Amino acid sequence: MLQRSKTRPQQQLSLGRRLLRDRVLLLFALPGIALIIAFHYVPLLGNVIAFKDYQPFLGISASDWSGWENFSVIFNGDPAFLRALKNTLILTSLQSIFVFPAPILLALLLNSLFSERIKRIAQSILYLPHFMSWVIVVALFQQMLGGSGLLNNYLRSHDLSTIDIIGNSELFHVLLTSQIIWKDTGWATILFLAALSQIDSQLYEAASVDGASRMKQLWHVTLPGLRGIIILLFILRLGDSLTVGFEQIILQQQAVGRDVSEVLDTYVYNNGVLGGAWGVAAAVGLVKGIVGVILVLTANKVAHIFGEQGVYQR
Amino acid sequence: MSTKAVPPKIVQGVPMPGWPMRIFKGLVLLVFCAVVIVPFVGVISTSVAPNKQINESGGLVLLPKSISFAAYESLFAGGVVTRALFVSIFVTIVGTLLSLTVSCLLAYALSRPSFVAGRPILLVVLFSMLFSPGIIPLYLTVKGVGLLDSIWALIVPTMISAFNVVVLRAFFMNLPNELTESARIDGAGELKTFTNIVLPLSKAVLSVIGLFYAVAYWNAFFSALLYLNDSKLWPLQLVLRTYVINDTQLGSAELGTELLPPQASIQMAILVVSIVPILIIYPFLQRHFAKGVLTGAVKG
Repeated sequence: MLQRSKTRPQQQLSLGRRLLRDRVLLLFALPGIALIIAFHYVPLLGNVIAFKDYQPFLGISASDWSGWENFSVIFNGDPAFLRALKNTLILTSLQSIFVFPAPILLALLLNSLFSERIKRIAQSILYLPHFMSWVIVVALFQQMLGGSGLLNNYLRSHDLSTIDIIGNSELFHVLLTSQIIWKDTGWATILFLAALSQIDSQLYEAASVDGASRMKQLWHVTLPGLRGIIILLFILRLGDSLTVGFEQIILQQQAVGRDVSEVLDTYVYNNGVLGGAWGVAAAVGLVKGIVGVILVLTANKVAHIFGEQGVYQR
Repeated sequence: MSTKAVPPKIVQGVPMPGWPMRIFKGLVLLVFCAVVIVPFVGVISTSVAPNKQINESGGLVLLPKSISFAAYESLFAGGVVTRALFVSIFVTIVGTLLSLTVSCLLAYALSRPSFVAGRPILLVVLFSMLFSPGIIPLYLTVKGVGLLDSIWALIVPTMISAFNVVVLRAFFMNLPNELTESARIDGAGELKTFTNIVLPLSKAVLSVIGLFYAVAYWNAFFSALLYLNDSKLWPLQLVLRTYVINDTQLGSAELGTELLPPQASIQMAILVVSIVPILIIYPFLQRHFAKGVLTGAVKG
């Protein structure tokens, strides 16, 4: 996709002249690119406060340098930081094991339906939760599973013992994971369904003629057809492994306490924006960001080694 | 099932599974769909159910015995929720218009093959998708430009999405070249080509991207939580968190009315007010979104 911009028919014009010729286009691009620089690249520079003893009333440049001091919570293993790291790692593993494969299974189910109409109706219903905000999703879960929610009211009216789900710190990680599954599984099937529709139907016919059972066809035709997209999405997922859902967790943190609910992003928010430990929070955020980029680049490299396309080409 | 009349023994090369398998699949799908739909039904029903029924059920009602809009009347009486609704509507409409304008202009410039700065600018856009700036530096930047406790903090920092720019650019590049060329021969400048040729041909992609932006603005919670201390500026999502999730009581002082329906129905009505706009635009979204997502995925 970069190829087209390479062809420059008027190569002989000087740069100044070409800039003058394209002044309208430059003007077009200006507001958008200014916003991207201002809110994506400039904040990167703001990471210097990770190396400073930042005082809000002094500002970034007037605050004293403090070297690696802010990073000591990471290197010396501050208990609050380790707690956040532990919860993040637990949640990210749960998400990789349960959230990641869910849309693949659902897409296989939808794809195997014979009635186009039922498939369409099911899709319209299952895509819907993706467009709800986390505030709405959390509120809906409370109404369904909370102490006076639908489930417990039903149990109570039938003289059964109620189940404590919302606000129960032991079930919190499971609750978070199921909320993500509820919200995004349907929507995430789109890419897999598109990949499934690309599989040549002759492959199925050939396999069927050769006497492959339905399970064998799934294994030897369907899954190889999904390989590229699965690897691509898994790489993207890896890059996000330390991001486990800020909005979702901060909304429910009060109810279960920080022991089970503090993750790296909420640690940064609670200690920095709320607690005023700006430098430490920025240091943790910076390390988290760098690890994320390294993970994507490494995963992409590994994908190349295994002959897959990955996120971007070399 | 609709397949009864014609017996398609083989579809897509796969032999038709037997009835037990088909019924099993249907049941699984039915359960999934119910898990998605029941919460919405419960919330909408409770918001219009009579007090007595809500008290008897202990909370959520699935089928209201009669319908009353008392909860909605108290929400729209001019208190906290009314104001939050206006904030959310303002942010969504103004934000979406600004986002579309800025994104389309940038995407159009990047779609011109001879654009002198095309390549470096495209790299700046693409590279920004690889990392996120981090909460603290982002907060300090927004503070630095003086947007804290301003309604514009909900719009400006998230105004442009690099992903959407890439999707728009791909769409613009796929438009037939002859049209823009002939406009140029007729003496049209870039602005005229953009507004008279490119935009009218891009209605479909503009509506998808516009709807994506609108949903993001309507649902925005992170920016509001981070940048707004003044509760007068709160959008609906923050009101929802305070009065529904954290269960803070909404009294007549907050609502601006003496008529107080039960908390449960007020809470559910706030939820409905924030869900319904999405439900209204959902059919439009759905008609185009698969296409939008796919162009993005393939070209991005």
